[in-house]
Amino acid sequence: MDALTRRRFLLLTGAGAVAAAGAGVGWSTLARRAQTDPLPPGAGVLVVLTLYGGNDGLNTVVPAGDPAYQRARPELAYAEHELLPLADGLGLNPGMTGLKKRWDDGTLAIVRGVSYPKPDHSHFRSMAIWQTASPDTAVPTGWLGRWLDANGADPLLAVSLEPVLPPMLAGATTAGAALPVGGLKLPDGPLGSAFATLGGTVTDEPGPQAAAARAIADLHREASTLGPALNDEGSKKRGDGGALAAQLDVVANCVEMGVPTRVYSVSIGGFDTHADERGTQQQLLTEVDTAMTGFLDRMARSDRGHNVVLLAYSEFGRRVAANANQGTDHGTAGPVFVAGSAVRGGFLGEQPSLTDLDNGDLKPTTDFRDVYATMLAGVLGADPERVLGAGRHTLPILAA
Amino acid sequence: MTAPVSERDAVRRLLQRVGLGPRPGELDAAAAQGFDATLARLTSSTVPDPGVAVSPAPPSATPGLTRGDRQLSPEQRRATRQQEKDRVEQLSLWWLDRMAAVEAPYPERLVFFWHGHFATSVKKVKSAALMLTQNETFRRLGGGDFRDLARALVVDPAMLVWLDGGGNRRGKPNENLSRELMELFMLGVGHYGEADVREGARALTGWRVDRATDSAAFVPQAHDGGPQTVLGSTGSFDAPGLVELLAAQPASPQFLAGRVWRRFVSDTPPEPATLNSLVAGYGPGRDITGLLRAAVGAPAFRDPGSVLVRQPMEWLVGALRALRLRPSAMPATAQQAVRTGLVALGQVPFAPPDVGGWPSGSGWLTTTASLARLRIAQALASAGDIGAVAEASPGARADAAAALLGLPAWTDRTRAALTPLARQPAQLVALALASPENTVSA
Repeated sequence: MDALTRRRFLLLTGAGAVAAAGAGVGWSTLARRAQTDPLPPGAGVLVVLTLYGGNDGLNTVVPAGDPAYQRARPELAYAEHELLPLADGLGLNPGMTGLKKRWDDGTLAIVRGVSYPKPDHSHFRSMAIWQTASPDTAVPTGWLGRWLDANGADPLLAVSLEPVLPPMLAGATTAGAALPVGGLKLPDGPLGSAFATLGGTVTDEPGPQAAAARAIADLHREASTLGPALNDEGSKKRGDGGALAAQLDVVANCVEMGVPTRVYSVSIGGFDTHADERGTQQQLLTEVDTAMTGFLDRMARSDRGHNVVLLAYSEFGRRVAANANQGTDHGTAGPVFVAGSAVRGGFLGEQPSLTDLDNGDLKPTTDFRDVYATMLAGVLGADPERVLGAGRHTLPILAA
Repeated sequence: MTAPVSERDAVRRLLQRVGLGPRPGELDAAAAQGFDATLARLTSSTVPDPGVAVSPAPPSATPGLTRGDRQLSPEQRRATRQQEKDRVEQLSLWWLDRMAAVEAPYPERLVFFWHGHFATSVKKVKSAALMLTQNETFRRLGGGDFRDLARALVVDPAMLVWLDGGGNRRGKPNENLSRELMELFMLGVGHYGEADVREGARALTGWRVDRATDSAAFVPQAHDGGPQTVLGSTGSFDAPGLVELLAAQPASPQFLAGRVWRRFVSDTPPEPATLNSLVAGYGPGRDITGLLRAAVGAPAFRDPGSVLVRQPMEWLVGALRALRLRPSAMPATAQQAVRTGLVALGQVPFAPPDVGGWPSGSGWLTTTASLARLRIAQALASAGDIGAVAEASPGARADAAAALLGLPAWTDRTRAALTPLARQPAQLVALALASPENTVSA
């Protein structure tokens, strides 16, 4: 089935409506900031990749040697020889050849069994929990939004490459900025200048109407500076590496330009594989692999890029047993990928047992908030307690 | 509470939200009738709509045209795929045409609402015929007893393909349809548990889709006869029985009322007392039209703050109706501009992004969407009837464009943008269509 996309999530949480209202940011703004206030050398940059829909972790980091795996999903299971061997009897999905190289050169960490207590099986609730980092109670702020609140309320510190702002970047007082990836050829002549005039502000206009005008103004700001360069690159990329590659390409441009943004959000959907999962998921993981490794290669080539850490997660894994349609239903724990020059490669967290299950689901071994705490402390130099509350532990994911 | 909007502004909201946007002159006529009479007229069934007769469904979407022939060569397979894509294009164009053509827009408004609620995408269903069948079900049952609609949808062939219900069988349940039935269609998150999803999936077993006849059938041997325990009730449930049980949950009316509220009234959730009045309008008969009348009859409907962003298709259909355009009669270039424009705006008929449907609110107000709106508007303004603007004196054309689109007076900003285009009426109308004022239902 088609993705659970960010849109459905935004629709249901309502968080997007608040956050998106002032969130547009032009390339010109970013470019200016890269000149006046560049990213300091040595400053860590976190790129968060959301896999919408619930990626099947057991067919991503695969326990093919475990007879219980083969028994639970005979038609979906990979044989050991089809996989890219990692360690501990686990193999990587055959679509992820690029990340296998990262694993071999020690710059890919895989955190296993990641979830939270009493996992929720709703896409919407579980995604909200991951993005707000609040499993017990619904809160209106995202984890990186709270980090923004605590860091001088500058929206450019966190930028989304998705068309709408994900709730993880919405703080109580500050929301991250949204930078679109797309083609921008504006009309010229009298219509062109009249269109620009439509972006003006007036008093006493209803909020959504003012937001519509603001979007027109932002469009013109974007197009006036870096628009043309961005377009060509964006459309080329969509041809081969897909939309995720285009998003990561813009991130790479920003990092190389010295834009002072510390957090980027990118995403891809389509992981809700209730039927005919194997081919669909492998194709998606190949797209993720191509986009991630293209980005990581580029980042490895510059000094600023060495400080970039890429974190990839999904809202849940899937049921251990296959369903009747060569697919899987919503489950619990899954692997989280962390990659970059600053990463210490290898496994973290225990692999969940395939026989000691909770009502057919994996029992989580690692709390996702500990992964977040590690990113906050190690990449962003922030105090995790201010964002996540007390009692979190950092994990040895990053090189000392 | 702030002072309510004027009667005329409230009537405009009705025509935009319960209807599909006013045709030229319609706002004046409706404002003269008043709010209550306009609401009654919009939501009452009338004599056969001449707009339906002139926009018959495309024969290419007739069920049973595509035979499930497995002996196809790769070339034939490719050709079949392309043919089905063309059929889907024709179907999309047809529905836009229907929405533009109807005299009484309420049934089509409901089809649009339910398409977003029971959001099903042709990207997976891959059949124009199945999508048309579902679309006709929304039209037939969309304004009556919600239970009838939900019973039809839970065994609708397109829905069964979309949420894998066709492969849900005894002993091997697939939870997808059961979960979304509870979470997105009937109850909302928090009003059911994981065990209910699993037991509900057992109740829904036994339905198969036959691609050769484009229909769904119940196969008793594949059905799990139970007993199942769902939300505390134990029995031998089947698909209609499960719908009945869910519709009887106290959470269900409130959930539906919330969905209607967000699409027809405001992004701000209703006060508890208001929500109760909607539930009362829905009543024991599960009357969708009663619910909708209660929603737009609530004082908050007239609150100046109850401004909705028009979804791309609402915006487009409003423009078609104002400019007296029928997509089927437009030049091919304009048809193409509409097609690519809807893709750029992110709302393609029969292809919602996922089972949650399309977003509401300011998510539609992106930079790239502003440009896509202007591009569609240019195509429509050069194809449509803009006589009312072109025949006005240049100095009166900005106001004539507002009247044509049924909008209130322009802001100073938009007037300043329109004025230099006074001698290019088509461009002026294009810009008016793309204006912030026309992008929302204020």
